[in-house]
Amino acid sequence: MRSLLGLPARPASKAAEAPGHTGSRSTKLLGLALLAGVVALCLFAFVFSPPDSRTGPEGTPIGQFDAVRIMYVHVPSAVWGYVGFGICALGSAVYLLKRSAWWDRLAHAGAEIGVVFCGISILTGMIWGRPVWGTWWDWGDVRLVTTLMLSLVYLGYLAVRSLAAAPAARESRSAVLGIVGVVLIPIVNRSVDWWEDRTLHQKSTLEELRIEDLTLFTLVLGFLVGGLAFAWLLIHRFRVAWLDAEAENSEMLAAIEERRSEASTLNGTVAQEVAGTATEAEGTGTGAEGAGTGAEGAGTGATGATGREGTGATGRERQMEASRR
Amino acid sequence: MRSVLLIAAKDLRIELRSRVFLYQVIPFAITTLVLLGFALDADRAALRNFSSGLYWVTVMLAALLTAQRSVSLERSSGAADAIRLSGVAAAKIFAGKSLALFVYLIVLELLMVLGIVVLYDATLTDAGLAAATAVVATLGIAGAGTLYGVLAAGSGVGETLLPVLLLPVLAPVLISATRAFGDALGASSVNGWAWFGLVGLCSLLYMLLGGLSYGPILEADS
Amino acid sequence: MTDCDAKLTGGGGLAVRLRGAVCLRGAFPALTGVNLNVDEGEAVLLRGPNGAGKSTLLRLCAGLAALRAGEGEVLGYDLRTESRSVRLEVGLVAHHMMLYEDLTVVENLEFWARLSGASANQAHVALRSLGVEERLHEVKLRKLSAGQRKRVSVAAVAMRRPRLWLLDEPHAGLDASGREALNEMINLARRSGATVLIASHEGASAEAVATRTIHLAGGAVWPSAPSTPDPWPATQPTATPSTADPSTAAQPKATPSTAARRRWRSRRLSARP
Repeated sequence: MRSLLGLPARPASKAAEAPGHTGSRSTKLLGLALLAGVVALCLFAFVFSPPDSRTGPEGTPIGQFDAVRIMYVHVPSAVWGYVGFGICALGSAVYLLKRSAWWDRLAHAGAEIGVVFCGISILTGMIWGRPVWGTWWDWGDVRLVTTLMLSLVYLGYLAVRSLAAAPAARESRSAVLGIVGVVLIPIVNRSVDWWEDRTLHQKSTLEELRIEDLTLFTLVLGFLVGGLAFAWLLIHRFRVAWLDAEAENSEMLAAIEERRSEASTLNGTVAQEVAGTATEAEGTGTGAEGAGTGAEGAGTGATGATGREGTGATGRERQMEASRR
Repeated sequence: MRSVLLIAAKDLRIELRSRVFLYQVIPFAITTLVLLGFALDADRAALRNFSSGLYWVTVMLAALLTAQRSVSLERSSGAADAIRLSGVAAAKIFAGKSLALFVYLIVLELLMVLGIVVLYDATLTDAGLAAATAVVATLGIAGAGTLYGVLAAGSGVGETLLPVLLLPVLAPVLISATRAFGDALGASSVNGWAWFGLVGLCSLLYMLLGGLSYGPILEADS
Repeated sequence: MTDCDAKLTGGGGLAVRLRGAVCLRGAFPALTGVNLNVDEGEAVLLRGPNGAGKSTLLRLCAGLAALRAGEGEVLGYDLRTESRSVRLEVGLVAHHMMLYEDLTVVENLEFWARLSGASANQAHVALRSLGVEERLHEVKLRKLSAGQRKRVSVAAVAMRRPRLWLLDEPHAGLDASGREALNEMINLARRSGATVLIASHEGASAEAVATRTIHLAGGAVWPSAPSTPDPWPATQPTATPSTADPSTAAQPKATPSTAARRRWRSRRLSARP
């Protein structure tokens, strides 16, 4: 939840020094806006908006009183959670078509944020259900059950992502899972809906509530703030995923380098075996040389840029970072 | 089509020889049915009421085992590579493996109907609906099991990963097949054929998605 | 395939061309930048310590292992885009048997024959030429000895008449007559124009059929002893220009997207397939 409060307090100058951080000017602005939005939402949700004090035909109270306030978080987080799953499916589909790392990272970020938001929605739904329905879990609430099932599907997605594997393999596997999850949404929803047609739960909170202007405004504000939080988290999660992949890649390059340097010492003995002592020195010499050029070539291939061009890119990157500030 | 049948026939022939399904999966299913009876305190009325749900839960669990077996058959012998080398299209491999899985599960389901009739006192009032539901639902389970079996096994932790991935995805099939069976067993008064339609929709989707994505999954598996 | 065919299709081309090939096994870099040229019709012996990457190199050439970086062509097909065509024309004998334990010898071979479009007759011919006795044909693979299995799995490859043979420790577990039969088969394949890559620790048997030896260590090809009569064109001479190869090949792929996309996008790792 701390992350929802906006950027951690870190002076801009310090951020500039820290390499590989995920903040940028735009995300900081976004974070500030989010912070302000959270404050405003708290004020509207807890102070300005009225409790739900509807009365039935005989004057008996049927409203949800203060419990209605949880709706301002519950409903937006559910909607944004589904948006997250949608982004995951979209990213996965584009990944399978174009094999683009960018879309893969986006799908990963979308799934993770989606699970978090749906989790918040499920939790608040349960907290809300206790006073209003007298039960933590209501099987008749189709949307809640659907959301739980979907979250479980995407937890599986995250499980596959967390496994050590060749990057391309992991990406393909998770892309399939990401697509299947979203295709399932209507089916899960329909089956749960039919399964439990006891209409204990209000069909739509918005229709049933006597929406007063301030209530509606607060709900819209809730969607907006939820959207800001979603975007802020998504961008940062995406960047973390990207840095993770970069770290993984450089680890891989280091592993390749190490393997080759180990081999160059080994190669001496191999050459000895084959060539005998007379040509030993020569054999080792070319071997070491081969190690140098070869390792560079390997690094090259893996990053898609030569060693020199690679550093050039980082140099450009730093320049760009500097010019942004 | 020829290669689909070849692959399925090969799987079935291996099963006839190794008897893993006969001596391991079927006893597992019967044990589960008995355990569920214990868990429900052998309450006759409750068992009869819930027999369709217990039936399908048991089928799903047995399907997990069968799907795992179907994958490990290829992987342990290194035949997965050989199949890829044969140049057969991934969708055909998927169809062949699914078909074999389908046959196992249908046999199991037939036996289990006997099981719930004997153990849970269930009565089959609409055999047509039951048969149709079983066939269509099993197609979906077999398709999803084949796809996710390879996906999970390729990740290296198949035993634990497969249930986590497969069971949530099969939830709609469980719900709708249970309802349709409830009608077929006379335990509930829902419209079983409407539920059958939903089962069909699920299965169609699983087969479609499986056929399309089996290729990328197999290719990732290297 | 006849000699004539081989010459037509071969035309003295390269059967295998790898440049800076990097290949992962799980998260482990099994190949760390292989540069290798193999002419059509050659029989190349791959040597190197355990874990040098020999098996992965063979799997890569079979189109089974994915190329993570660098480039590769096998039998004129690009390994990234045309791996399916590669697979149809190579035969791989690997450590694990690639055969089903619960099927008989003949059932196994007929299954693979039908699946890959060969005839059942070819299966029997292959079995005969590898000296698998008639009495073993109806025996389950499970009951065969390691050497007998090896013969069967070589037969399963031979019946497909591949243009490129990839043999991973083919002599291991074979008795003298088995080795002889295998070498005979390899020579026969070479006479009809096929190319052979053998990974082996069994010096004598493998060297008997090999025209050239290359050394693998640490997932890369190392120049072998200069006393070898063959001037190994695959390794050292081409190494220097080839290091530039992958970068020039990968760079154009990466550049347009880098330019078009924003900062975070520009950190694309590589032009992955």
